Amino acid sequence: MDNHAIAQAEEHHVSLPQHRHHFETEEQQREAATFGMWLFLLTEIMFFGGLFMAYLLYRNWYHDAFVAASNTLSIPLGTFNTAVLISSGFAMALAVWAAEVRKKGLLVLLLIITTVLGVAFLGVKYVEYKEKFELRHVPGANFDISQFVNPPKEARDQQHLAPDMAHKTEVFFSLYFVMTGMHALHMIIGLGLLVWLIIRAQRGAFTSGYVAPIENFGLYWHFVDIVWLFLFPLLYLINIHPGR
Amino acid sequence: MGISPVLWQFLIKWLHSSALFPAEASTIAPYADALYFFLLLMTLVGTVIVAILLVTFSLRYRAEKNPVATQIEGSTLLEATWTIIPLAIFLVCFVWGALLYFRIYSPPANSMNIYVVGKQWMWKAEHPGGQHEINALHVPMGKPVQLTMISQDVFHSFSVPDFRVKREVIPGRYTTVWFNATTPGTYHIFCTQYCGTLHSGMIGEVTVMTPSDYEKWTQESTSGMSLAQNGERIFASMGCNACHNGTAAARGPNLAGVYGSKMQLTDGRQVLVDDAYLRDAILNPSQHVTAGYAPIMPTYQGQISEEGLIDLIEYLKNLNSNYRVQQTLNTSQSNATAPETAPGVKP
Amino acid sequence: MSTILSLPDQRTATLPKKNYLNNEHGILSWLLTGDHKRIAILYLISITFFFFIGGAFAGLIRLELLTPQPDLVASDTYNKFFTMHGIIMIFLFLVPSVPATLGNFLIPIMLGARDLAFPRINLLSWYLYIIGGTLTLTALVLGGVDTGWTFTTPLSTHYLNTHVVTAATAIFVAGFSSIFTGLNFIVTIHRMRAPGMSWFRMPLFVWANYAASLLMVLGTPVLAIAIVLVALERTIGIGIFDPTKGGDPLLFQHLFWFYSHPAVYIMILPGMGVISEVISTFSRKRIFGYTAVAFSSVAIAVFGFFVWAHHMFIMGVSNYSALVFSLLTMLVAVPSAIKTFNWSATLYKGSLTFETPMLYAFGFIGLFTIGGLTGVFLGSLGMDVHLTETYFIVAHFHFVMVGGMLMAFLAGIHFWWPKLTGRMYPESLSKLAAVVTFIGFILTFMPQFILGYLGMPRRYHAYPPEFQVLNVLSTAGATVLGVGYMLPMLYLAWSLKYGAIAGDNPWQATGLEWQISSPPPTENFHEIPIVDYEAYDYERLEKLKKHEVTTVG
Repeated sequence: MDNHAIAQAEEHHVSLPQHRHHFETEEQQREAATFGMWLFLLTEIMFFGGLFMAYLLYRNWYHDAFVAASNTLSIPLGTFNTAVLISSGFAMALAVWAAEVRKKGLLVLLLIITTVLGVAFLGVKYVEYKEKFELRHVPGANFDISQFVNPPKEARDQQHLAPDMAHKTEVFFSLYFVMTGMHALHMIIGLGLLVWLIIRAQRGAFTSGYVAPIENFGLYWHFVDIVWLFLFPLLYLINIHPGR
Repeated sequence: MGISPVLWQFLIKWLHSSALFPAEASTIAPYADALYFFLLLMTLVGTVIVAILLVTFSLRYRAEKNPVATQIEGSTLLEATWTIIPLAIFLVCFVWGALLYFRIYSPPANSMNIYVVGKQWMWKAEHPGGQHEINALHVPMGKPVQLTMISQDVFHSFSVPDFRVKREVIPGRYTTVWFNATTPGTYHIFCTQYCGTLHSGMIGEVTVMTPSDYEKWTQESTSGMSLAQNGERIFASMGCNACHNGTAAARGPNLAGVYGSKMQLTDGRQVLVDDAYLRDAILNPSQHVTAGYAPIMPTYQGQISEEGLIDLIEYLKNLNSNYRVQQTLNTSQSNATAPETAPGVKP
Repeated sequence: MSTILSLPDQRTATLPKKNYLNNEHGILSWLLTGDHKRIAILYLISITFFFFIGGAFAGLIRLELLTPQPDLVASDTYNKFFTMHGIIMIFLFLVPSVPATLGNFLIPIMLGARDLAFPRINLLSWYLYIIGGTLTLTALVLGGVDTGWTFTTPLSTHYLNTHVVTAATAIFVAGFSSIFTGLNFIVTIHRMRAPGMSWFRMPLFVWANYAASLLMVLGTPVLAIAIVLVALERTIGIGIFDPTKGGDPLLFQHLFWFYSHPAVYIMILPGMGVISEVISTFSRKRIFGYTAVAFSSVAIAVFGFFVWAHHMFIMGVSNYSALVFSLLTMLVAVPSAIKTFNWSATLYKGSLTFETPMLYAFGFIGLFTIGGLTGVFLGSLGMDVHLTETYFIVAHFHFVMVGGMLMAFLAGIHFWWPKLTGRMYPESLSKLAAVVTFIGFILTFMPQFILGYLGMPRRYHAYPPEFQVLNVLSTAGATVLGVGYMLPMLYLAWSLKYGAIAGDNPWQATGLEWQISSPPPTENFHEIPIVDYEAYDYERLEKLKKHEVTTVG
């Protein structure tokens, strides 16, 4: 197909290498790519939508279990991670700007910062998951409810749950792991794409007026941020009542 | 129904005897069939209209007869016509169907209750009098029968085509269906929700008997213990009576006469005590704490089978005074060294 | 019977020297192509392959049901048959059928574009489809799946030890193939229209595919997450749908049908688009009420999202939500009625000829009318109680999916075959196939309506002996139907080499795709066309032809 692009380029007035033969103008190509990205994000919203629906339902049903289980999540780690992710998003936004003003070195640097912060987020997530494994709060055969029936002294939440309600924390943790897991999966895919973008940016692919890939990846990365900005309050913060 | 009852009977009999139509064996069936014939008529008329249009136009405007087509943009009037007329017909179907639905799923107050437990791949019917049946159901003619059903494993669906009733049997919650059989005989019970390997083997027979025959059958096939009696034994052996004994100092609420009453819960809800509530309160007690009591009841999840729960519910339904509870309490305390296992309790 | 078939003089006719088929050679030029036309052909080959596998399972099912006893295969084998039949036919045939083949081939051309917006994503979606298909076959070869295509929990999560996770992955992957196809179409339709090609100058085929694409893009992800949760519940043991852990199996049904009901419209809408093109061409007339037909497609897509719970009327949803969903179901039936009447009215004062695609289209209208109206039985609450989960359902959706969609697919394939390949198939044989298919279909599925009202449950391996007569009829019909489907396969393959040269516009149709050579050149248009006329403008076509004759002659 690249052959065609070249053949076409020879026939027509087209000059830029990124311009694909089937678009009439570069403007059209850029609009199409952005529009496609937004549509894709719409499907992503529907994808997570199913999970939020489930969360809504079960939180209503098993409110006490959701409160108790949510209180075992580490707010410092969660807050730290939120800050990391927002910074990463900020670096990404700057990267788009850097591509637009055609500063190659700056673009690569900002993309690397984005990547590093993304990796840091996953690292913290790993620590959190590990703790859950140790506490046997991972749903499945090993799931253990003793901490909710008899909370240890250092626990933030000293409410004793009845065993039947304590069992419902498994539903919370199922949702917790699926939601944050799906989010982490999106991060991992994003990081893979970032590495690819860095390599291409290093070659100067995006600093000669062709910023669409950076822009569209930026959209994706911000979407992943926004999902987290919903997950964090819903999973971590919703049951914090200062002054109680 | 619009057509004379004699003709109706004739039509149904004729269709039924040519194996094209199910028997009408419940009071619901004629209502369902009336709607069916209406819908059938609608389909027939709709299809014939479309067919006539296609055939007529094909004959009149084929290229040999009409070599040049006349371009027509469309017609708002016609569009409106074939929007509004189908819509009106469909709305009739909606209202009629809704009325029938409410008829099918609203049991009369005086209906007798039979419990059905579905499991891979059989139907277990439990009569309050203690008759247990597998893949069979005996019911009296001319009396509304309500089935309270639950599944022990996967989704099943209880269907008696000749009664035109069907309801999904779901794990973890009670569903009900009712019918009033009109003709003695035996009819198929099908499981219509795919439930695994022997789905097509999950069939049974419902036998409709005249009231006197049914009376005879109940007496001959009782297991000797009614469901309520079984429930009483479970109530004692699980130690329910330790708290729910109706005394002033009891740690659990008084259960005599609780069935059908309104209960105030600690979280402020007021609930109607029915089968589903009782089942849920036994399995998930902390979500159903009666106002004025401490949330100390343990869960019985995994300790009582669905049949055991049915026994307990049937027991509580019939519990009018606490006299026997207290009696049992005394005996079970004295017999504490040799507790007996009641049927329905998982070993 | 006169015909509008205007084939060029076969002694002198040649295929265009350079076209998308011979532009590049070698298997890699196909496997790495970005050309939407080549990808369409790849899809056509793959879905045909899966259609015949799915069809073979249908044949086995009908064979088993010849007798009431479970005698041909064991029960779990039978369950695997219908599961595989469902999964393959729905996810690997019906969903991609018209959009991924004909839509892929035609939408860019109909819009006056050189390709879809994202050719590489288009190719990716074919690869995803192939991965999904391969995983399905893997599950099949490893021993099959017996969940039924609906994956009902907790049966699929806890009570079966077949290859559920493999099949679930297959559906997940195939789902993304469908999402990407839909996304590509929507972007293309929004952004790639040729100058002058306004929304209301687009062929109705494009409108129908647009509506279907909306459903693919918004519905499929919900299925994806539901299926992920099933797989996780099976492997790790999370408790979102597990009643013993406090989960609600009905939630699965809601999520599943939130996609799978709209999926029905994903399957039928593109077929309706095909019918609009065919009816218009062979009536030599603009579609009656173009705007109404276009908007009814979109209306079906929109309403289609709000009727999913009608699959759960007997599952203990609250009576009031049942009322709402029943009402909405009635509303979604109306646009289909509008379409049917508009197609019929298009014939009025037309100049009709009855080529093969037209015969298939007539078959579609007839069968779809029955299929649609029997849907009203099921939308009607009280009737649904008796009919749901019986053979009535089976007959109903086969009337819509097979009688409707497959007829439309075959109409489309016969209609655009000359464009796809540049060659014509044997006319009389193809007409025979259309008639055989129609008769075979009626014979197969009519008895199932009666069986359904008698109460025969679906997915039954064995059944009471009194149902046998009707089952034998149905199996006999299936044999005829099988012949009806084998025939096109044979003569279409034959025509690839021996068919008459078709010429650019054998049907004298108006769409942009007919104004370029057959098969089209790789870049579709040497010069992007400027559209200054409405769709289905046959008078303009006549004028052009006259003009051509006078100037050339």
